Amino acid sequence: MKLSRKWLSEFVDLSVSDKEYSDRMTLTGSKVEGTEDLGAEIQNVVVGKILTIQRHENSDHLFVCSVDVGQTEPLTIVTGAQNVSAGDMVPVALHGSSLPGGIHIKQGKLRGVESNGMLCSLKELGLTVNDFPYAVEDGIFLLQEDCTVGQDIRTVLGLDDHVVEFEITNNRPDCLSVIGLARESAASFHLPLNLHTPEVKGAGGNISDLLDVEILDGDLCTRYTARMVKNVKIQPSPKWMRERLRNSGVRPINNIVDITNYVMLEYGQPMHAFDYSCVSGGKIIVRRAGENASFQTLDGTERNLKPDMLVIADETRPVGVAGVMGGANSEITDQTDMIVFESANFNGVSIRKTAIGLGMRTDASGRFEKGLDPMNTLPAVQRACELVELLGAGDVVDGIIDVIAADIPTYSLPLEPDKINRLLGTDLSADEMKTLLQELDFTFDGEIVHVPSFRSDVRHYSDLAEEVARMYGYNRIPTTLMRGETTLGGRSPAQQARRQIGDLCRGMGFSEIITYSFVSPSCFDKIRMRPDHPLRNAITILNPLGEDTSILRTRVLPSMMEVIARNISYRNASAKLYEFATVYKPQEDSQLANEQVRLSLGAYGDGMDFFSIKGNVEAILKSMRIENVSFLADTNMPSYHPGRCARISAGGMQLGLVGQIHPLIGQNYGISQPVYGAQLSFSALLEQAGPEPQYVPLPRFPSVTRDIAVVCDAGIPVAVLEECIARGSQGLLKDITLFDVYTGTPIPTGKKSVAFSLTLRADDKTLTDGEADADIQSILSLLKSELGAVLR
Amino acid sequence: MRKQLEEIQKSALETIRSANLAADLESLRVKYLGKKGALTAVLKQMGKLSAEERPVIGQLANAVREELTEAIARQSKLLEQAAMEAKLAAEVVDVTIPGTPVTVGHRHPMSLVLEEAEDIFIGMGFQIVEGPEVELADYNFTRLNTPEGHPARDWQDTFYLTEDGSVLLRTQTSPVQVHVMEQQKPPIRIVSPGRVYRKDEVDATHSPMFHQIEGLVVDKGITMADLKGTLEVFVQRLYGAGTKIRFRPHHFPFTEPSCEVDVQCFECQGAGCRVCKGEGWIELLGAGMVHPKVLEGCGIDTDLYSGFAFGIGVERMTMRRFSISDLRLIFENDMRFLSQF
Repeated sequence: MKLSRKWLSEFVDLSVSDKEYSDRMTLTGSKVEGTEDLGAEIQNVVVGKILTIQRHENSDHLFVCSVDVGQTEPLTIVTGAQNVSAGDMVPVALHGSSLPGGIHIKQGKLRGVESNGMLCSLKELGLTVNDFPYAVEDGIFLLQEDCTVGQDIRTVLGLDDHVVEFEITNNRPDCLSVIGLARESAASFHLPLNLHTPEVKGAGGNISDLLDVEILDGDLCTRYTARMVKNVKIQPSPKWMRERLRNSGVRPINNIVDITNYVMLEYGQPMHAFDYSCVSGGKIIVRRAGENASFQTLDGTERNLKPDMLVIADETRPVGVAGVMGGANSEITDQTDMIVFESANFNGVSIRKTAIGLGMRTDASGRFEKGLDPMNTLPAVQRACELVELLGAGDVVDGIIDVIAADIPTYSLPLEPDKINRLLGTDLSADEMKTLLQELDFTFDGEIVHVPSFRSDVRHYSDLAEEVARMYGYNRIPTTLMRGETTLGGRSPAQQARRQIGDLCRGMGFSEIITYSFVSPSCFDKIRMRPDHPLRNAITILNPLGEDTSILRTRVLPSMMEVIARNISYRNASAKLYEFATVYKPQEDSQLANEQVRLSLGAYGDGMDFFSIKGNVEAILKSMRIENVSFLADTNMPSYHPGRCARISAGGMQLGLVGQIHPLIGQNYGISQPVYGAQLSFSALLEQAGPEPQYVPLPRFPSVTRDIAVVCDAGIPVAVLEECIARGSQGLLKDITLFDVYTGTPIPTGKKSVAFSLTLRADDKTLTDGEADADIQSILSLLKSELGAVLR
Repeated sequence: MRKQLEEIQKSALETIRSANLAADLESLRVKYLGKKGALTAVLKQMGKLSAEERPVIGQLANAVREELTEAIARQSKLLEQAAMEAKLAAEVVDVTIPGTPVTVGHRHPMSLVLEEAEDIFIGMGFQIVEGPEVELADYNFTRLNTPEGHPARDWQDTFYLTEDGSVLLRTQTSPVQVHVMEQQKPPIRIVSPGRVYRKDEVDATHSPMFHQIEGLVVDKGITMADLKGTLEVFVQRLYGAGTKIRFRPHHFPFTEPSCEVDVQCFECQGAGCRVCKGEGWIELLGAGMVHPKVLEGCGIDTDLYSGFAFGIGVERMTMRRFSISDLRLIFENDMRFLSQF
C-alpha cells in the first residue's frame, strides 16, 4: 500500500520526517517498506513557455527556442525535439539544475549557439506515459496541467509529495486505505484524527424510481449500497486528484473511474460504476452465476463463470463479476449519461475463489478477499457522490439504495486487564489500556469494549492484548527469562548418533550435502530400477513446480548422483560426500508417509575404490559398535556394478549396500569415471548399535604372530577362509589380518594365494613355540579338510 | 717409576684429547688402561718398590688411572655430541614444503548454523524434537487457526498430495507444535528443526524447500516478556553480546500477539545501507504468544497455561552469517562451496 503523505495530512497533522514516521509506524505494526521523496532528484526545473522556435543555422536537426521561464529575459535554449511549437508549456531544466539519475544541466554551446538549459521529456523527469497518458514517450513533455510560467515543476506534477510504502498484513484490510493508515498514524503519534463526513447536496429525482436492487444470495453479499448520477460529463479529473492517484500507484483515466479509485484508496471500499442504460429492467440482482454462464469482462476477455461465482446481474444477464471486475456490456463510455455507483460488501472467501478461478486478481478482489467492513459501504458511496458534485462530473440523484441481506453483528468483549498483563508480562492499569484502545477507535461501556466494525481481527482478549501491546510498544515490555519447573534440554540418542556419525564422516574426508526431497519420476529409470520395483510407487505432488520436482524420493541414490554429476561438470577432480537424507514411502494404512532416514555416501576420484568406501562403511559400523557384520556379494543390484556390490547385514537385519555404482547409471548422469556409493538405513544402524563398552583388562602375557599363506580355489571368499581359521583355532587365536591376495605364476590357474597374519595369545601364560605351532597346525588342517586350502 | 707414570699421563692425555673416533678412544683405553696396557705394566713393577715408596706410587698410579678414565669419558661425550650435531645437520628439511595432505570433510554451512542454534536452546532447557514432513492439512493449517478458505492454503502456495487437499508437504514447522502438545503435558520446551516446502520458483532468495527451527514453550505463567527474554538470549549468543534487536508487531494466525524480530544491521549498525535496504534492521524471525485457540484445540487449559512460539528461517540465518548472496548455492553442493566451511 502506497500512501501519499499529502493525502494523509488531510486527516492527521504530522510534522515528522519520513524516517521518524516510518520508524514509529513500523514499531506500532504498520511496517514501512520504504519511503520516497518524489521530487528529491529534481531541482531547479520550472515551467517554461515557448515564445519562438526556429531552425539552428548550423544543424538540420536542432532548433533554437526562446523560452519564457518567468525571468526578466527569455532564455535561449537549443533542442533536438521535433514536437515543440510556439505557445507550448514545457518543463525547463535551468542552468545548474539536476534531474533523476544524477544528471546535472549546465549552460553550454551547441554548434555555436548558447543554450541556457534543457527542455525535458517525461523520461528525463523520471516519469512514464503511465503517469501522464497524454504525453508522448519520445519528445518533450508538453504540459497540459494548470500551471504558470516559472513555477517549480515538482508542484505542477505533484512531485512535491512523499510516498510511504507499507506492508499490510492480511488481518488488517482496513489499513489498505488512507483513512485506515491515518487512524493508525494518529494513534501512533497520539494526535487527533480529523475524519470528514461526506455531504451530498443532491439534484432532485429519486433513485427508487429508477433502480431496484435485490440480493438473492445473502450468504455471499451482506450489503449492497447504490447511488446514481445523471447528466454525467466524462472528462479528465482535476490535477489534485490525478496527482494523488498517481502517487498512490493508480493511473488516472477519467473523472468517474478516478472517483471510484479515489474512494477505494481513501476508504478502502472498492467501488464500481456502471452505465445505467445497460441495466435492463432497471433492476440489479445479486446472485450466483448458475449453470453455463459466460460473460465478457471490462478487459475484453470472455469468461466462463462457474455456477457458484457471484455476479451482479440485471433481469436478463450479468453486468459484472461481483467484487472482481465489471462487464464490458455496462462499461462507462463517453456517451454515458447516467451511472450507478455500487458500494457493496461481499464474502471474502467467495471473491477469492472466483478471482483465482478466473485467473484475474484485481485491486478490488484483493481487498474483498480479506473481509471488509460492511459499515463502510454507505460512507464510501456518499464520498463518491460528494466528489461527483465537487468535480462537476454530473448531478447526483436523490436517495440511496441500501439493501442489507444478512445481520451485521457487532462485537463486544470485557476488558480484562489482569489477563492481558499476565499474557504480556506487563503491569498496565485498566485506564492506560483504555486510553491506548480508544485512540484506535475502540469504545467503552464501563469495562465492556466495543470493537469497531472495521476490526474484524479483534475477537478475543489476546487480540486486545496485542492492540495494547503494540500501542504501548513491544520494546517497552520487560525482558525476562522463564521461571517455573526446570526442564532438561538435550538431544535424543538418535540425534546424538547422527551428530557422531557426521563427525566421523567428515574425519574420513566426506563433506556434508543437503539435497531436495523431491526428484523427477525419470530418476527411477536413470538408476536402473526394475519396472516392477515397489519403490517406484512414490508419493506424487499434485501441483508441482515442474516434472523434475514432482515426486518425493524413495531412494537417495538419485540425489547423490545429481550432486556428483554437478561436481564433475564443475571440474572438481574428486569429491567425497555424505548426507542424512530422508526417503518418503507411501503407506497403505495411513495418508502420511513412512519417512526414513538414510545415510548416503558417494565418492569419486582421488584413488577411491571399492575397498576405500567399504573401509569407510566399516569405520562407521565400528563407531556404532555394530558387531558380527557380514558383507555378502550381491550380483543382482541393477544400480551397482555386478561384481562390486556388497549387501551389509548384522544381527539378521539388512543395514544397506555398498559398492561401485553401475557404469550405465554413470552414463545416465553423464559421468564416465567410476563412482562409489553406500546407502545405510539409519534406523537399522541405531537398532544394531552396540552398548557402551566395558573395560576388558589388558593382556598380561605377550602374543605370538604367525604369518600363513594358503592356496585355495579362487572362488572362495576371504570371509569364508577367515571364518574357517577362527573355527580351526584351539582357542589361542586373537586376531586375523589379511595382508595379501595373489593370483598368477606360480599359483595354478583357478587358484589364489591368500596370506594372513595370525595373532595368538594365552591369557594365563607366555606361549611356547610348540603351543603356538600346535594351534596353527589345527587351523591349517581345518582349512585343508574343509576348503582344500593348503599351506603354500 | 714416578717419572714413568708422569710420562704415561702426559702422552695419554694428549692422544686422548686428539682422538676423533669412538674406536680410537677405545683402543687408547686398551693401550693405557687395559690388562696389558701401559699403566698396568707400570703397576706390575710395584713389587720392586720399597715399603715407603709403594703407597706413594700406588696413590699416584690410581690418580693417573682416574684422570685418564675421566679424560676418555669426556672425550667420548664430546665425540657423541659432535656426531649428533653432524647427523642433525644432515637431516635438515625445507619446512616450507607443504605437509602431507589430509582430506577432512566439511560441514554444510547450514548444519553449522543449525547445530549452533540447537545448542543455544539446549542450554536453555529445550529438547530437540522432529516431526513429519508429509503432513495433514489439519495439523499444518486448521489446528493452527488457519481454517479452510484461508489464503495461506491456496494451491498456488502449498504442495498438495491429495485431491481433497487433506495431505500436503508442510509449509512450516509449526505443526510440530500441535504434535508435541498432543503428546506431552506442560511444561513444554522444544525446538524442532526441519524441512518445509512452499511453492516458490528457485531464485537467489527463494527455494521450494527450505529449513526452519520451530520453538515452543508452554507452562504456567509464560508471558510475552519471557518470549522477549528467550529470543534476546538466543540472538546475543548467536551474534554476540552487543547485538541489538527489536520486536515489531506482525500477524500470524496461530499466535496472538504476534511479532517479528529484527536484528540491527551488521553492516551499517542501524544507519541504513544496501544490505538492510536502508532500514537499519534485518528481519530475523517470527514469533508470538501461542493463540489460546491453538492451545485449547490441543486440550491445554488456557486458564492455567500460556505459551510462546517462534520460527526461524535457517537459510536466511546461514546466508547472513557467511555472507552468501545466492540461496541456490546452499542446495547445489559444489565442493568449491562446501570446502569453504
